[in-house]
Amino acid sequence: MLFTDSIFVIGLILLCIIYFLVPKRFRWMLLLAGSIGFYAYSGPLNLIYMAVTALSTYLITLRMEKMAAAAKETVAAHKSEWSRDEKKAFKEKAKSKRFRWLVLCLVLNFGMLAVVKYGAFTLRNINTVIGWFGGSKRLPVKHFLLPMGMSFYLFQTMGYAIDVYREKYPAEKNFARLGLFVSFFPQLIQGPISRYDDLAKGLYAGNGYDPKRVTLGVQRILWGYFKKVCLADRVMPAVTALISNTDQHQGMYVLMGILYYTLRIYADFTGGIDITIGIGQVLGIPITENFNRPFFSKNITEYWRRWHITLGTWFKDYLFYPISVCQPMLKLSKWSREKLGKNVGKYLPVYVSTIAVWFVTGLWHGAAWNFIVWGLMNAVVILISERLTPLYNKFHKKYAWSNTRAYDGFMALRTTFLMGLLRMFDCYLDVPLTFKMFGTMFYKWNPQILWDGSLMKLGLSKPDYLVLGVGIVLLFTASMLGRRGSVRERLYDKSKLLSCCMTVALLLIVVVFGAYGIGYDSSQFIYNQF
Amino acid sequence: MGKKKRIFAGLATVTSAVVLLAAVQRLLQPKYMSDVVEGNLIASYYDTGKDHDVLFIGDCECYENFSPVEMWRDYGISSTIRGSAQQLIWQSYYLLEDTLRYEKPDVVVFNVLSMKYGEPQSEAYNRMSIEGMRWSKSKVNCIKASMTEEESFLSYVFPILRYHSRWSELTADDFKYYFGAEPNFFSGYYLRADAKPAENVPKGTPLIDYSFSENCWNYLDKMMSLCAENNIQLVLIKAPSLYPYWYEEWDEQITEYAEKYHLPYINFLDPSIQEQTGIDYAADTYDGGLHLNVYGAEKLSRWFGAYLAERYDLRDRSGESKLAAEWDEICARYDAEIARQLKNLEQYGNVKGE
Amino acid sequence: MSETLSTIIEILQDLHEDVDFESEDKLIDKKILDSFDIVTLISELSNEFDITIPADKIIPENFNSAQALANMVEELEDE
Repeated sequence: MLFTDSIFVIGLILLCIIYFLVPKRFRWMLLLAGSIGFYAYSGPLNLIYMAVTALSTYLITLRMEKMAAAAKETVAAHKSEWSRDEKKAFKEKAKSKRFRWLVLCLVLNFGMLAVVKYGAFTLRNINTVIGWFGGSKRLPVKHFLLPMGMSFYLFQTMGYAIDVYREKYPAEKNFARLGLFVSFFPQLIQGPISRYDDLAKGLYAGNGYDPKRVTLGVQRILWGYFKKVCLADRVMPAVTALISNTDQHQGMYVLMGILYYTLRIYADFTGGIDITIGIGQVLGIPITENFNRPFFSKNITEYWRRWHITLGTWFKDYLFYPISVCQPMLKLSKWSREKLGKNVGKYLPVYVSTIAVWFVTGLWHGAAWNFIVWGLMNAVVILISERLTPLYNKFHKKYAWSNTRAYDGFMALRTTFLMGLLRMFDCYLDVPLTFKMFGTMFYKWNPQILWDGSLMKLGLSKPDYLVLGVGIVLLFTASMLGRRGSVRERLYDKSKLLSCCMTVALLLIVVVFGAYGIGYDSSQFIYNQF
Repeated sequence: MGKKKRIFAGLATVTSAVVLLAAVQRLLQPKYMSDVVEGNLIASYYDTGKDHDVLFIGDCECYENFSPVEMWRDYGISSTIRGSAQQLIWQSYYLLEDTLRYEKPDVVVFNVLSMKYGEPQSEAYNRMSIEGMRWSKSKVNCIKASMTEEESFLSYVFPILRYHSRWSELTADDFKYYFGAEPNFFSGYYLRADAKPAENVPKGTPLIDYSFSENCWNYLDKMMSLCAENNIQLVLIKAPSLYPYWYEEWDEQITEYAEKYHLPYINFLDPSIQEQTGIDYAADTYDGGLHLNVYGAEKLSRWFGAYLAERYDLRDRSGESKLAAEWDEICARYDAEIARQLKNLEQYGNVKGE
Repeated sequence: MSETLSTIIEILQDLHEDVDFESEDKLIDKKILDSFDIVTLISELSNEFDITIPADKIIPENFNSAQALANMVEELEDE
């Protein structure tokens, strides 16, 4: 299901109305029922995967918590008789026992994801390797249909399991409540990946009707739809045309493709998140922001702190740090300090874990080599810019003009363009083709396509360009205004009447200027496939 | 803010949004005045009187081939056509249901060409056949039966979802006819006064399967029983259009069906009937044999009016003053339209006057 | 100043020479230390104090100031 399906819109409106009509203590149950219904609609069998995840996590987190409590009791009981070393040894033993349960949970769940999402990819690669060694046997490749949103809810739930293992907060005792945390429907389409301690409170609170909050929420939802149907879906035909006919669309077309695709993915993904967070706001459930004006970033490291934030922090907290500080890594660091010099030893863990994390990040986006290459390219750019940081600092100290707003703007554009270039891997879905198309930008000189009408032949008409142009100006203006706090909130505080007018105007704009309906392929959410 | 005030503010916002959307929707919906005028046919029924003896249902072979004005003038028969472009048989059936909500004619005439379509055909024709209907259970069923795969029911309820992209194609007509179309038709008849002789009408290419689909037969059955329940005489016809080609094999199936259920069936393509109606394909068609012009339609209606009056005991109602007043208005518009078209033909060489 | 604290400040100074680590108490909140710095820091601290810093200790409260870091190190040394 997509946010733009009429069944979703109708269901959402009904759910919100009923939500405020039932007594507060039942509201979270309504959300659970709605979420299950929503997910069942996307494919009843998908519910099985989700149930396995919810149930295994529920049982194992409770088990881990019980073990931790028992261990603490034992330590307290032997407080006087045990020496410090004995206590330490017991604690570590208890922790490693709990760790085994965590591993079981992770292996079971990520294993499920691995089979469903990566099984075919892995088998195909094994077959390729067999081919290299002259083998004639091939493993049969079986394709599974990836359940919607699995990469989102699974990561969210595993984050919860790890946190319980780390004793960050107690485990949820009520299975139905945990079920809602796993299945909360607005997050199943495009994320974000929430943390239990951020999301849970709002989920079960059964919040009252607050006109301001609901108004702002509705406006945020409409703003999300505006981005999606007026911009992302409208520019999509051109993206499809550019990537499907690669013999013709070379040189300057590739550059235009980067721009179109950047707009497409930005409007689609941030629009989806706006809808999700807006729904949360209407229901009184705070959901973590996933974007922070990413295209205003001065460098790629900053960009990744501002784009798909919840995925970045998930990988940082549950993969990057654990790899970086694990025993083998520290041993490696120590060894290289002694053998290869202090500097190498100091940075080696960071480099190894950065590359590992980006390899996995690439894989998270899709089971294909182009995503892996894309991830690794990100790692390379990040590591290079990290190495060059002292040089940059010197540069900015030496030249005053490099500290002006104009230069900041230049850096933001540079970052945005660089990310667009990397995104070509995601766009063309084939590594050699991506390199080839990148090359044509240098030897195929055809800037005339910008003014000779060629851009009109990409499935976009003059009215389309008009909507896109005005839409981009609106996006930019909103982003600039938003730097000084929420535009919607300021407008509401200033005049409730104006705020209502904006809501109605947004609705009209979405309905009239959206690209949807007959004659137009309502395209799949890009982030839905992950 | 007090609770009452809050509720009021919420309701006011929702209402203004709905009103505004409805207003914009009206603007964006096609007005069907200058170009595809057929889009207004179905809706035009509701603006006329509801006292008809004969109801025609069917596709363009109905609304371009029969002139109710002629039948009124010659025999005092009050008739109307609920025709639309490529009207499919289930649409005809539901239009019959819909019409029966308003009146009960003595005779229903159904043109059987649409028996050839067993499945939904074209979204655009669906729109023109259905959107003009007023909301009723019949309309809901009609939509459900007609939708092609790409269509959604919701876009019939809220046509703005279908026509929103017309914002870039609005014309002066959209503003001029914002509050309603001008009457274009004459009791459902689409009038053309020009002529284009039928030459080299293509023969039908052989088909693999000539049998009509189960679906169509079902609706014909339903149509028959609905008429029987209401004590209405159902008359099946095949209008004298030369194209689309009417196969011998098709004709046999209809003839057989009509005999089985004792229904009258008139094939106006039959040479013996053609002789009686006197249609001259060199002068009486405006598009080379697909549809008759007003002269052909009048000839056909004269014959058919006599046939109906005689067989089904239709009284001459020209003496009923209320009904006569309604028809006088239609006849006056009818004559004016013929005069206008003839003048345009003389001046510009076409009926539109462009 | 404890010996631990001064060692930690020395290490921090090595990462960022232009920050006053003695008084700064929002190293994470102000984004002075990024994830690279944190990992480098942990590797240095483990080396220097012969301790293991598990991943669940990597929370802003433990890394926001040199003093917080020193507290964490001393706590881990104690265990």
